[in-house]
Amino acid sequence: MRLLNKSTISRRTFLKTGTVTALGLTIMGPMIIGKDKSWAATFSNIGADDAATLIQMARDIYPHDFLADKYYAKVIQGYDSAAGKDKALKSMISKECKKINSAAKKKYKNNYRMINREVERVDILKSNTKSPLFAKVRGDLVTGLYNNKEVWPKFGYEGESASKGGYLNRGYNDIDWLDKV
Amino acid sequence: MAKFSKNDDSLVVIIGSGAGGGVLGMELAMKGIKTVVLEAGGRHGPQDFVNDEWASFGQISWLDQRTTSGDWRVSRDFSGLPSWIVKAVGGSTLHWAGASLRFQPHEWKVKTNYGNIKNTSIMDWPIDHKEMDKWYTRAENHMGTLGTGGRERLPGNNNYKVFEAGAKRMGYKNFHTGNMSINSKPYDGRVACQQIGFCFQGCKSGAKWSAGYVSIPKGEATGNLECRTNAQVIKIEHDKSGKVTGVVYADAKGKQQRQKARVVCVAGNSIESPRLLLNSESSMFKNGLANSSGEVGKNYMRHMTASTYAIFENPVYFYRGTTMAGIVTDESINDPKRGFVGGYELETLALGLPFMAAFLDPGQWGRGFASSMERYDHMAGLWIVGEDMPQSTNAVTLHKKLKDQHGMPIPNVNFSDHENDIKMRNHAWKQSTALYKSVGATKVLQTPPYPSTHNLGTNRMSASAKDGVCNRNGQTWDIKNLFISDGSQFTTGAAENPTLTIVALAMRQAEFIAKQMSSKAI
Repeated sequence: MRLLNKSTISRRTFLKTGTVTALGLTIMGPMIIGKDKSWAATFSNIGADDAATLIQMARDIYPHDFLADKYYAKVIQGYDSAAGKDKALKSMISKECKKINSAAKKKYKNNYRMINREVERVDILKSNTKSPLFAKVRGDLVTGLYNNKEVWPKFGYEGESASKGGYLNRGYNDIDWLDKV
Repeated sequence: MAKFSKNDDSLVVIIGSGAGGGVLGMELAMKGIKTVVLEAGGRHGPQDFVNDEWASFGQISWLDQRTTSGDWRVSRDFSGLPSWIVKAVGGSTLHWAGASLRFQPHEWKVKTNYGNIKNTSIMDWPIDHKEMDKWYTRAENHMGTLGTGGRERLPGNNNYKVFEAGAKRMGYKNFHTGNMSINSKPYDGRVACQQIGFCFQGCKSGAKWSAGYVSIPKGEATGNLECRTNAQVIKIEHDKSGKVTGVVYADAKGKQQRQKARVVCVAGNSIESPRLLLNSESSMFKNGLANSSGEVGKNYMRHMTASTYAIFENPVYFYRGTTMAGIVTDESINDPKRGFVGGYELETLALGLPFMAAFLDPGQWGRGFASSMERYDHMAGLWIVGEDMPQSTNAVTLHKKLKDQHGMPIPNVNFSDHENDIKMRNHAWKQSTALYKSVGATKVLQTPPYPSTHNLGTNRMSASAKDGVCNRNGQTWDIKNLFISDGSQFTTGAAENPTLTIVALAMRQAEFIAKQMSSKAI
């Protein structure tokens, strides 16, 4: 069979120090610096603290260990730009992040994104699925994450094929293990 | 290409350009009848189709506002999107998969064959398989349907090979790559299938038949057909005698235009067609046009559907090649010993990664969902399509408050499964799960119905005027120059994908309309 290579290598950019979250994100002012310094983004409207909370929430909703944080962060960056114009969104994010952190503190004595154990963070999320923030992040990730062409190869999806002549000569019928099952 | 005057009252005006309207327009034009097809959407074709699920969805889907109600999960997960159909020349034949199956003889007469089923509005069709045979043959030849007329079927792709191996282990006897209207060899000036995938996004090679780029252009070539785009009909008008005289439509700029007509044919798919009749109410027809029976909008059917996706130890790459080219027909028989009447087909299906995320298990999240998605390239999949029971309460109605951009009430689609639908779905999930497990699936996912692609029955055909909207020719009982020409005329839905039957009925109706016009009956 024609198999796809799913591995890609992240590029390092620059080094900085600051507060490190459970995800390994570093927060400096409005900026979040990714693990291994492979990416960085500024969240001037919603703030880096809430942004880091949302990035953690995004990963806990659709946890793909082979995806770097930047793919989740990209969706949250969209919220930051939108919150610049949309006051209701900005205040909803701030209010709901406070709520989730207070629930997390009450049960696990830490802010949501600082809880190290996934099972405990998921426990907090499970009691929050009715919140507008959870619904929004989950709903937006469906397209924001899985419709990001950069992640497709990691799932073994090849995308557009017409310009390559379809799969007529590229493995539409090359399955080779059926006689062994 | 023809261009007719809006004041020309000798024309046949067809509302909609899909499997029903597009083919009817072609047939009438070929008989020398001057016809205008009014299409609500724009014109797209192989040259601008895109191999990108969401981009294509935005390009060709019917996205006008709708509401939903009832206990179906679509109403919860996709409340504003009851159906997944197309707004463009060719209608939903742009995104259809190509499966072209004839009804089985018993499915034309289900009341006779199934008996009285509680809480249904089940009826026999006023026509039968013998009468339809020649029209099916004609439709298959027009569409280049494989497995008929000596046309060889497609080769099986990886998804089919898994499906076929499972079908054999299950002891099924009737399986193959389907009666697809997708060229396996060049046919009718179109190329053979390149195994591109993305059949739902419009066929980039044109190997798949579509009314949009096959039938409509054949009609236009006669000089008797005008296909007017971005023309959304909002009202059908009539005179004092009760005969229809033309339609009012909104053009691309939203400006209202009036097109006169000798005959009007409604083919806007089973949500828009009844909506238009209901929105055309007048002092003479207070409950909407052609609605003396009260059946307009009722008996909405969407097929008993579901999907099964299976994950294997080894890769499948099920998205490579035709989206749907594989079928098991063994379960489509009527065998009440299974606990339900009617039957279902199992048909291979693949979605791209973006749509799989949206439809695999809407609303789900967490490790379980993510783990399934991570095996996307190890998945095989199939769609289940079975006969659902018509129910009077499953209905398209006008929304009491919400209006569209032209000031017309939007449609609400109410649907709840019948007990028979639920039993059939559970049976189909059980059988298809066993099929995939027989070839080593490590995990099998039972996926709920998607927004409806098969919308049927809301202007149904009946033997008597009190039971339905139109007669055996699709002619409305109340208004003799008003016709129903799409899947909304279906009395019952059968287990088969409906396009071939819609096309065959359109061809048959064209002959009837031509005769009625030449004898001046209409």
